[in-house]
Amino acid sequence: MPAPRSTPRLRIQPLGDTALLAELGTRLDTALNTRAIALAAALKKRRDVRHAIAGYASVTVHFDPNQATHDSLAAAIKRLAAKRPPMEEPGRLHRIPVTYDGPDFVDVAARLDLSPEKIIELHTKPIYRVFMVGFVPGWAYLGPLAEELELPRRDVPRTQVAAGSVAIAGRQSGIYPLPTPGGWHLIGRTSVKLFLPDSDPPCLFRAGDRVKFFATQA
Amino acid sequence: VTPVLRVQTPGLLTTVQDLGRPNAISAGVQSGGAMDRFAHSAANLLVGNDPGLATLECTLIGPSLVAEHACLIAFAGAELDPHINGAPAPMWTGVLLGEGDRLTFGPERDGARMYIAVAGGVEADRWLGSLSTNLMAARGGMRGQPLRSGDVIAIAGEPKIPAVAGRSLAQQLRPDYSDHILHAIPGPHVKRLTPEGRALLFGAPFNVSRDADRMGYRLDGPRLVTSGDELLSFGLVSGAVQVSHNGQPIILMADHQTAGGYPVVATVVSAALPIAAQLLPGDELRFEEMTIERARKMRDGLAAALDTLRSAGP
Repeated sequence: MPAPRSTPRLRIQPLGDTALLAELGTRLDTALNTRAIALAAALKKRRDVRHAIAGYASVTVHFDPNQATHDSLAAAIKRLAAKRPPMEEPGRLHRIPVTYDGPDFVDVAARLDLSPEKIIELHTKPIYRVFMVGFVPGWAYLGPLAEELELPRRDVPRTQVAAGSVAIAGRQSGIYPLPTPGGWHLIGRTSVKLFLPDSDPPCLFRAGDRVKFFATQA
Repeated sequence: VTPVLRVQTPGLLTTVQDLGRPNAISAGVQSGGAMDRFAHSAANLLVGNDPGLATLECTLIGPSLVAEHACLIAFAGAELDPHINGAPAPMWTGVLLGEGDRLTFGPERDGARMYIAVAGGVEADRWLGSLSTNLMAARGGMRGQPLRSGDVIAIAGEPKIPAVAGRSLAQQLRPDYSDHILHAIPGPHVKRLTPEGRALLFGAPFNVSRDADRMGYRLDGPRLVTSGDELLSFGLVSGAVQVSHNGQPIILMADHQTAGGYPVVATVVSAALPIAAQLLPGDELRFEEMTIERARKMRDGLAAALDTLRSAGP
């Protein structure tokens, strides 16, 4: 019988008295993300779990404190995380038009010492994976972003970002679906609607989907 | 569906809230719901409702309402000085309104949010499994918006029990909202603080800044320096204390973003969230470190207080 796969980087820590955060790793990695999505799906089936949300490489688990403790749930997570995740179907592919004239575009080019054309080329080249849907309604975390475009988040988040703003931060890209606060660098905008309030689920992208950007004129 | 209350003036920010829509989190939709779940649940129980039915969450300045139909109501949470036909009305107590009775709010205010429950439950737009108003998405509640003059509040169903006024939450079981200690459990990224930073977090006074709403409160006071690499975004919870890159702590509240990548250095325990819900810009607060076991006892205490309202009699 093969030994269960070890998960040396699994860290499980409390998020208050009715939730915990199980971190499977710290790298932006498709395999880790696939395991996080599978772990969240397995945890959702438990009666003592109210909901489980997969992050990039983690699962946030809200539990019923009358049925579980941090310790009992941590033990269950360790068992489940050691299992091999099921094979993943390739996600749907979305093609998204972007006008690259965001308020941070010039600043990003200057900070990275790249030409505007190069930034557009680097941003439109990959097929991104939807690692996670969250933050605000319809927001999707896309990655991995080209290393050459990597910048930390803004020191002071904006209190209002326009809907449709296409943004980057770290090794990630994303599109603001609604006017919200935000700490990412705004490089462009799109007219595609990501938040679909009258649909269920109310969002265009789902975790595991694929996204390709292409440049359009204003 | 029976219309019971007509809105004459809507108050500062009055929204329909229940216990939120946790099943929509995976679509990035905030769980939302009442900020002070204890007061919301107590108000419901005082009028014989299930705690999950919708109430009106009134912020700072309550609405003025006229009863179009006799109904049993209750006020719980912040003391926003409710009056019925000009006479002070009791908090944390079931009160009968007759047709034509006028509900107004005086100037004597203490705390931020008061809940008005109506026997039968407030009726509103259901969105993704909840009646809670989501102001960002403009869905749920009254057309996704705060109450407006001329709105009519209807009740969702027949009151479950014969309407009995006078049921009251014992004085000693009501929260002490003036004690601004927020008990909190160290967060998953607390080690990113220096020892000095941790001592500041669990010791120094902070003030709620002007940037404080149902999503969260930015705090004024000492800045907390965190170290380490950028974090990959992960699912967040109400009460999480995030530290942004400029070192400003932010307490996440009911309409918080579902995910983020700033370090979470502490999480306010669930039983202290009602206290947090009643804080206003300028209020001073302190975080006090608490164990999971103590948090459980505190939570059980609130549950036991609500249980005293579940018996049949007033």
